[in-house]
Amino acid sequence: MEITLNHYLAVAAVLFVIGLMGVVMRRNLLIIYMSLEMMLQAANLTFVAFSRFNNHIDGQVFVFFVITVAAAEVSVGLALIVALYRLKRTTQVQDLTTLKF
Amino acid sequence: MNALFFWLFSGGMIVCALAVVLNRNAVASALCFTFAIVFMAGLFVMLSAFFLAAVQILVTAGAVMVLFLFIIMLLDLSAMEHIPRPKMWMGCSLVLALGFLLIVAKTLAGTPQGFVAQSSLRTPGQIHAARNEMETGDAITQSEVDQRDDTHRIGYLLFRTNTSNGRTSYVAPFEITSLLILVATIGVIVLCKQDERPRPKPREEITREAPPVEPKETSLKT
Repeated sequence: MEITLNHYLAVAAVLFVIGLMGVVMRRNLLIIYMSLEMMLQAANLTFVAFSRFNNHIDGQVFVFFVITVAAAEVSVGLALIVALYRLKRTTQVQDLTTLKF
Repeated sequence: MNALFFWLFSGGMIVCALAVVLNRNAVASALCFTFAIVFMAGLFVMLSAFFLAAVQILVTAGAVMVLFLFIIMLLDLSAMEHIPRPKMWMGCSLVLALGFLLIVAKTLAGTPQGFVAQSSLRTPGQIHAARNEMETGDAITQSEVDQRDDTHRIGYLLFRTNTSNGRTSYVAPFEITSLLILVATIGVIVLCKQDERPRPKPREEITREAPPVEPKETSLKT
């Protein structure tokens, strides 16, 4: 059986959907953050698959940038979560109701 | 053989991703996520993106997940695990997921298969080598670059400055990314710095509601 571009795109879509479900379903901020990261990885997989099947290396350069920015984003986000934990003693989203009115 | 590895890697990745979402223990889901990243690096190898596979394992599975595990263990989340998941959100997420999958499946079913099958048979660099035979840019020609492996090609694309023939150069985004990382580093230091001022009101309210958090405070101050 020949593995085509559609197979990779379908796997990436399933991974993206699992990440989306994690973001909606879970209440722990850290798990939500991990699910967001998973959605980014699904996008990366589509980039690399398109890059391979269209024979353009530009997609891989884009993934390189995405991984770099994601690493920076994770460091800042985790610092925010730690600061939040210091202030509120929780990482559950239902306890963060400061903006609620 | 190719198909076998594809199903192995993608199946493993999806199972690990499901375990991330469904696991109650945060440490276990972080470990599952690491495994999912490693499986995805395997998929990158199958797509002949060797450089990105290495970067994926080093940066995402190495640095990012170590950071995640470090924070999870630092924050001691075991006390908050017993809160049940709301059923309404579970149904909502399922509807969202099925809708998205339906759209993707409809799009993929409409994709012409001939284009995909033909492209997958070509080796990397074949198209560009034919197209850029006559063009000579820097000391090294584009067709020479396209004959090489993906690391050479990514490096050439990232750092070339000759854009006379209208191709994209990624030098400026690369430098801007370095600036972004600098800003992120400073931001993390500012966010995590322990300030000596007295605490604002909300925290006092929280500690009044849940008194037994006092012993943990001293361990976190260091």
